[in-house]
Amino acid sequence: MSLKRKDLLSLAPLSVDEIRLILETADSFKEVTGREIKKVPALRGRTVVNLFFEPSTRTRTSFELAAKRLSADVINFSPSSSSVVKGETLLDTARNIEAMQADIIVLRHSSAGAAETLARGVKSSVINAGDGWHEHPTQALLDLYTIRERGLSFDGLRVAIVGDVAHSRVARSNIQALTKLGAQVRLVGPPTMMPCGVEKLGVRVFYDLDEALQGAQVIMMLRLQLERQGRALFPTIREYARLYGLTAERVKIAEPGAIVMHPGPINRGVEIAPEVADSLSSVILDQVANGVAVRMGILYLMSGAN
Amino acid sequence: MDAGDIARALTRIAHEILERNKGVHGLALVGIRTGGVYLAHRLVRRIQDIEGVTVPSGELDITLYRDDLALRKEQPVLRRTSVPFDISEKIIVLVDDVLFTGRTIRAAMDGLIDLGRPAEIQLAVLVDRGHRQLPIRASYIGKNLPTSREEKVQVMLEEDGEDDRVVILKA
Repeated sequence: MSLKRKDLLSLAPLSVDEIRLILETADSFKEVTGREIKKVPALRGRTVVNLFFEPSTRTRTSFELAAKRLSADVINFSPSSSSVVKGETLLDTARNIEAMQADIIVLRHSSAGAAETLARGVKSSVINAGDGWHEHPTQALLDLYTIRERGLSFDGLRVAIVGDVAHSRVARSNIQALTKLGAQVRLVGPPTMMPCGVEKLGVRVFYDLDEALQGAQVIMMLRLQLERQGRALFPTIREYARLYGLTAERVKIAEPGAIVMHPGPINRGVEIAPEVADSLSSVILDQVANGVAVRMGILYLMSGAN
Repeated sequence: MDAGDIARALTRIAHEILERNKGVHGLALVGIRTGGVYLAHRLVRRIQDIEGVTVPSGELDITLYRDDLALRKEQPVLRRTSVPFDISEKIIVLVDDVLFTGRTIRAAMDGLIDLGRPAEIQLAVLVDRGHRQLPIRASYIGKNLPTSREEKVQVMLEEDGEDDRVVILKA
């Protein structure tokens, strides 16, 4: 079994076996990240380029650390400091990076499909680190890893994804992967933040949080993008927090021992109460720690010779 | 080699390890996945029978240290490394089933040193088939098996659901 793919753009085309291979590979790297010397020579001489057109601390740092712990050389590109401000197109930027012998390009972009466009245009492997509202596959994979690490099995697993589903690439990638693995996915949020026809992906839609939380084993909170507040998707932040914010009382509605996840950065007191974010049921920091191991696994699997 | 030959070779190696290191003090065994892990466990049991002490043992996956990763089209499946003790200042006996080019052992030594600084690394193998490509030699050898480079040596073990035996497959 191996990952016979040039790029990782979306979780939609991945088979269950491929997803499991990635998670099992990440197990080996989790052991490496627990060592005193957290570095292995597997990607020596390879070059990984982080091409981030949107601000990101967590994901970029996570990829950078993952690549460095595999002994790859890492270059970080961000638009403010590059020729993008001079009007260069995405593909031209990428071709220039490729001409410098980059083996893997990690792309974060505000337009859906940017990673796909890039992948068609360059010979290097492309990993989608978030493209618009489309997908964020490595985030979903690290979420799956964290769920599995807690001893939960995906078959029949009751997962509630809460918040602004429509504008969330994290939600979209998780829906793809979780339904594929046999989980029962429930989406909860205000109607203005629920994409039309999302039921076609094999999920159930709720508008009442308390109802959706009943029996949930995993509560996956999405970040409320406060910058969208001006677009009339919800009246006030206070109302949103009252209807869709996860409080300690609401966690009690879910299955005992349910875990609380959040892709970060969290808005304390908006979508998640501080006492929930810091509680024992919260695995938010495990998600961050596992992100490095999972991305090491993905970089390793995608680093086969071209 | 049949099951009896393998059993006798392992018993002799266990005695040799104890003789050379004057007992079990500071001793630990690390098997190289997959065959070496099974053989390391068997050696631990034999040392337990002789000395009454269970020496620490671990499992090493050398995949990430291979020297051909950059050349392969598809990356090999990783398995877990588990060395649940501090190897620093210990005498580590690496255990593998077949010693051939020596490249696996080079990778294993690099992998081991990333986990700490052992006092000494020794090497125990069930079969030494020759054709070294690196200046490496075993400290303990079950059997020297002259082979041609094209032949394949396969060690089959009960732990894999086979009868214990070593066979040479002609090219």
